[in-house]
Amino acid sequence: MVGYLIRRILQSLIVVIGVTIITFILLHLLPGNPIRAILGPRASNADVAQLTKQLGLDRPLPVQYLLWLWNLVHFDLGYSYRQTASVDSLLAQRLPNTLLLVGTSTILAILMAIPLGVMQAVRRNRPDDYALTGLSFVFYSMPTFLLGIMLIVLFSATLNWLPPEAPQAQGALLSQVNALVLPVATLTLVTVALFSRYMRSSMLENLVQDYVRTAKAKGVSNRSVLFKHVLRNALIPVLTLVGLSIPGIISGAVVTETVFNYPGMGYLFFIAAQNNDFPVLLGVTVVVAVATVLGSLVADILYAVADPRIRYVS
Amino acid sequence: MSAGLDAAGGAATAPEGGEAYQSGSLWRMIVSVFLENKLAVVGLGLIVFFVLFSFVGPFIYHTQQVFTNPNIKDQGPSLQHLLGTDDTGFDNLGRLMLGGQTSLEVGLAAAILAVGVGVIWGAAAGLAGGIIDAVMMRIVDSMLAIPFLLLLILLGTIFSVSVPELIIAIAFVAWLGPARLVRGETLSLRVREYVQAVRVMGGSQRRVLLRHIIPNTVGTVVVNATFQVADAIIAVATLSFLGFGIAPPATNWGLQLANGTSYIFAGYWWLIYPAGLCIVLTVVAFNFVGDALRDSLEVRLQRR
Repeated sequence: MVGYLIRRILQSLIVVIGVTIITFILLHLLPGNPIRAILGPRASNADVAQLTKQLGLDRPLPVQYLLWLWNLVHFDLGYSYRQTASVDSLLAQRLPNTLLLVGTSTILAILMAIPLGVMQAVRRNRPDDYALTGLSFVFYSMPTFLLGIMLIVLFSATLNWLPPEAPQAQGALLSQVNALVLPVATLTLVTVALFSRYMRSSMLENLVQDYVRTAKAKGVSNRSVLFKHVLRNALIPVLTLVGLSIPGIISGAVVTETVFNYPGMGYLFFIAAQNNDFPVLLGVTVVVAVATVLGSLVADILYAVADPRIRYVS
Repeated sequence: MSAGLDAAGGAATAPEGGEAYQSGSLWRMIVSVFLENKLAVVGLGLIVFFVLFSFVGPFIYHTQQVFTNPNIKDQGPSLQHLLGTDDTGFDNLGRLMLGGQTSLEVGLAAAILAVGVGVIWGAAAGLAGGIIDAVMMRIVDSMLAIPFLLLLILLGTIFSVSVPELIIAIAFVAWLGPARLVRGETLSLRVREYVQAVRVMGGSQRRVLLRHIIPNTVGTVVVNATFQVADAIIAVATLSFLGFGIAPPATNWGLQLANGTSYIFAGYWWLIYPAGLCIVLTVVAFNFVGDALRDSLEVRLQRR
């Protein structure tokens, strides 16, 4: 177990380094000169040359990369090209908001998906399974932005119950909880659809296992078989899938944040992509990737704890 | 196709509690499990409908889709324009057919490209093993750790986004899933007796890969490709909404929907809901079919 953990952590570290290399390469394929973007079209060539040198953009790519990595290890992600702030401070402002959105939605989604998936599996190929499965497919298949906008039309424009936009001021989110309802609802609905599909197929897989027949033959009640035997076993793979879904949920969060002007990392990334703001793009990608890798690491460890049958051979 | 289906339909019993299927060939059984799933049949019907709608529709419902006509912009549905006109005066129903062509083409092409690359990558890594496998899979892991939308936005800013570039961008993000799946399958396939037999007979690594490993992953791959089409259509729509998609005058359902959402408070519902419905129904259809395919192929796996 300890050996497995160490190997798994090393692997995660390599993945994080891989992420930084890939992002770095991609960003340097971006069109447009970032220096021109910072200084504006009327800057003199001398100014451009000077700032290029100052920001180190004239050095060879590998050197730039290593310098950036060195700073990263010291938690220095540089300065935004467009906003007068360090990337660290921008991330520090936005990260808690995104965690709030993604965390709340994920937990709500798990709590809703488990009973839904169980119900769908038990009632397989009956009208209520078709209705629930169909509904979850619709939410899963709907572009997130469409769902968000439809919720705004219904609850903000028509019923006037909830604000269509999140407050922008620092720390204002928690004091205006009703502004959180629509973004969280959007992300939750999309995620529930995904999770309940996992849950349904995991339950179905376990319902046909031999141990179910054995338990039934012993005279264990259906209810007890379902909740004590099948549900527990079905939850194990779902745990891993939830861990693996984190990047997908964050993708959904990017869209949700953009629709609701929610001051999170996704919105920050979206704006940065529009103005070639390299340091911010890099910073967001790295933080998100680290979070993702940590998430799947935790899911794997939980998996190992929950299922002692797993053997760790490389 | 249908003659075989009818015969198989009668032979199958409901898969309640894992009872065995009594008779029929393997393929018949797969088809019968597929057809038993009503949602899958609905999905297949929807896909056929939307393909006909997009590609045959324009021959029946003639509209002018080349020149804008501001005189008739933003009109509601009428007999002349069944679904109204959009903000540049194009007939909306005709536009949906045109957009459907792009959406379906991009979805299908991206899925095929992604799955193709993924299969080769995954099978090669799984077969090679050792350090090569480790390096190849860490590349996949690293890219998977970046949420696909962030990658797509980065790619969207790099490319000026024409249809072929969009296909490549989506495939660039989407090949990771199939690569992982196929690598996993390869690991279990390469120790099978028949693969060892090929080796003993002097079959080359290439032959093992192309003739034995890859054909055996077909089930997994087809299921995954079906989901990939659905995901690609959504990805195109999302990119359009975020402003990194295909530029007009080319169009797709996502772009139409994204355009329409700016008129949502003006009450131009015909610019939003038809396009939204096209996307949702098509994506749902591909997901239904993919799910049913997976279920029916699992029957095959259980029997193996």
